[in-house]
Amino acid sequence: MTIQSKRLSLFVLPLAIFIALVGLLLFGLTQDPREVPSPLIGKSIPTFNTPDLIDPSRQVTDAELRGHITLFNVWASWCPACKAEHPMLMQLAQQAGIQLIGLNWKDERSAALQVINSTGNPYLFIGYDRDNRVGLDWGVYGAPETFIIDRAGIIRHKHIGPIDQTVWDDTLAPLIKTLQAEPHSP
Amino acid sequence: MIPELGHLALILALGLALIQATLPLLGTFNHSATWMALARPLAYGQFTLLTIAFACLTYAFLISDFSVAYVATNSNSLLPTLYKVSAVWGAHEGSLLLWVLMMAAWGAAVALFSRHLPQITLARVIAVQGMVAVGFLLFILFTSNPFERLFPIPPEGRDLNPLLQDFGLAIHPPMLYMGYVGFSIAFAFAIAALIGGQLDAAWARWSRPWTLIAWVFLTLGIALGSWWAYYELGWGGWWFWDPVENASLMPWLIGTALIHSFAVTEKRAAFKNWTVLLAISAFSLSLLGTFLVRSGVLTSIHAFATDPTRGAFILVFLAIVIGGSLTLYAWRAPSISSGGYFALLSRETSLLINNLMFAALTIIVLFGTLAPLIYDAFGWGKISVGFPWFNKMFTVLAPGLVIVMGISPFLRWKRDRFMRLIRHLWWLVAIVLAIKLLLISQVPIGVMIGMSLAVWLLITHGASVYERLQQRDRSQFTLKAAFIQDLRGSGRSFYGMIIAHVGMALFIIGVTIVSHFAIETDVRLSPGDSHVVAGYRFEFKGAVSSTGPNYHAERGHFIVTDDNGDHVADLFPEKRAYFGGGMPMTEAAIDPGLMRDVYVALGEPLGEGDWAVRLYYKPAVRFIWLGAIFMALGGLLAMADRRYRSTSPLAQITPTIAASGSIKP
Repeated sequence: MTIQSKRLSLFVLPLAIFIALVGLLLFGLTQDPREVPSPLIGKSIPTFNTPDLIDPSRQVTDAELRGHITLFNVWASWCPACKAEHPMLMQLAQQAGIQLIGLNWKDERSAALQVINSTGNPYLFIGYDRDNRVGLDWGVYGAPETFIIDRAGIIRHKHIGPIDQTVWDDTLAPLIKTLQAEPHSP
Repeated sequence: MIPELGHLALILALGLALIQATLPLLGTFNHSATWMALARPLAYGQFTLLTIAFACLTYAFLISDFSVAYVATNSNSLLPTLYKVSAVWGAHEGSLLLWVLMMAAWGAAVALFSRHLPQITLARVIAVQGMVAVGFLLFILFTSNPFERLFPIPPEGRDLNPLLQDFGLAIHPPMLYMGYVGFSIAFAFAIAALIGGQLDAAWARWSRPWTLIAWVFLTLGIALGSWWAYYELGWGGWWFWDPVENASLMPWLIGTALIHSFAVTEKRAAFKNWTVLLAISAFSLSLLGTFLVRSGVLTSIHAFATDPTRGAFILVFLAIVIGGSLTLYAWRAPSISSGGYFALLSRETSLLINNLMFAALTIIVLFGTLAPLIYDAFGWGKISVGFPWFNKMFTVLAPGLVIVMGISPFLRWKRDRFMRLIRHLWWLVAIVLAIKLLLISQVPIGVMIGMSLAVWLLITHGASVYERLQQRDRSQFTLKAAFIQDLRGSGRSFYGMIIAHVGMALFIIGVTIVSHFAIETDVRLSPGDSHVVAGYRFEFKGAVSSTGPNYHAERGHFIVTDDNGDHVADLFPEKRAYFGGGMPMTEAAIDPGLMRDVYVALGEPLGEGDWAVRLYYKPAVRFIWLGAIFMALGGLLAMADRRYRSTSPLAQITPTIAASGSIKP
């Protein structure tokens, strides 16, 4: 083999591999790793049946989520970001035309109740999902996460991370406006 | 005032690094001895300034100066003093500062201990180190300044990530970084040699001890991380194929190939291209690891802080450093002679197989780690490559590697005869086959393979030590005297190899046994209940609340007894909630033993004093880390070989080589 072809074949190869790698990493940088698309979007909500956080004798089921435009919010007392979004949820609870259902996830009842008692309850109902049984079906991988569900019980959007004013104004409020404009399903 | 002093020291360090990267290197081209002579004092100055910066940051942590943003986000006045110190490198900014400090320490060490090194080589090595330091210091000063002030000053800090409040993790990053950064020396030597166009036995001999010590640190750092994950994450696993773990494994795999490749380059002047490429790759993969951890490109349990602008900066830096050095390699390497001829059956071949296998393993890890990104980029959907894939790839490739490991010490350099090899090895092969036959009906096939590989390594290495000593014995020594004489002489790197390979055997034993015979049970226990796992009876005495310096805990009490009802241990696993918030932490309680660990972790409270409890029996799990310790000891012993010391007669050849370099009279 001549020096020239040897150079091309063997020695430039590591460089070429590296350039491909840089291209790949550059692509990776433009992606938001938090943006894990939920396979559930556009699908009907998974069924569930879990005890109510406040009144354990009653059950919270997927039926509560149907027929209304619902924000299904996954939270826990151990999650600081949930504390941060709590005032925003309190504010949203006043909003007409949407209902807020909570899922208390991988948490302890006493700790969760303490949060609700001391900072207020923005939710219509709170399902208690200590063992991640509901969370697993819904593909929850962290808290807080919020699912936007239309009147027909279809998941239309999933927001990962806390809801703040910007998220609300830019993403969620316009979406809810469209959902409200959609005709009531039979 | 003190934080500003630290900031100033960092800026000055950047200034020095710029000089360090240019003047000594220019000196090697225009033959200015004065400029080249600057290398040493610059390396010391760099180290001094960074020590000052690091000390300033540590001081800010010790006095809980929450006006410094980094301190406020990562410390707390209640944090125990030990963790206030380890919090310095507990997050992004500080860990980068530790990184550059260590790199400067390595540079200063080279300047100090390489008195016999020709000035031209030292100047180039220090200059290359300076270039890398410039990149890191720019990165710190522009995107990750640890001395940034915060206003208004918060009354209390946010606390260190509770996962990191642990002794194992306090010392894990410094060890790991010593390894990562240590490869910068091998890298700098390789680049210096490429610039000078001189890759020879002397180059290999200078780089080898530095590479070995870096490899030793990396080995220990990875082992510590694995041990930490085992007891702190509360899952009882010792390796998770997490992107961050993989980021440290890749430089280790290539580093292992590198120390073997150096042996060939030093003894036979062969594999030069390979060795230089591996030296570049080892450090490149260390940098890539930093990128993966710090940029947030991959999500991971370790992802503490992620920020895309930082990612972009590191990527550009990566492109310059690695791209530049690979270009230099592509330009220079073809003109380097490929070195001594060797036959198909020779020790060179066995080490070439070693190099190829380790490179293949590295590529597997790299691919597996980046697979989610690759799939995403080509629009094939989101996937994550898990445990089973990595385990399968490693268990397919590793046995071949281990078989060659056993044969290699018997092979002669340059050319060997097949019949001679058979004469030496037939009875060892027979022993292993006999063990296989004996085991095959008794144990699962995986255990049979794993154990016979470990036995193969142990007996081949034992036999090769015996053979080596016997050859000396003929003259006048007894075996023992021959051994002592050998250790005093040039035998240390040989025995280092033996010990490290025995470490590999121990590691294989640990992995084989723990993955086949570990028992893990999850049970619900009420106070007073007991449960039997692998002959151990765990009696749950209940859990009580207790308070630590900066956390509340539920502390369980278990009494473990064995088959005969004899007391084994009292174990106190905890579930902690740190005042700073975050997920509750599991503190597993372990009764350690060489042959088995008994492991209890509290799961979730189930009300009325009941708990979900994880009870594990982990046989031989300690062999995994014991193996790593043996590998590290082997590396240290090899490094202590006489021929790496300046007093060694071999070092005398260096001036001749230097004289034949690019300095013209």
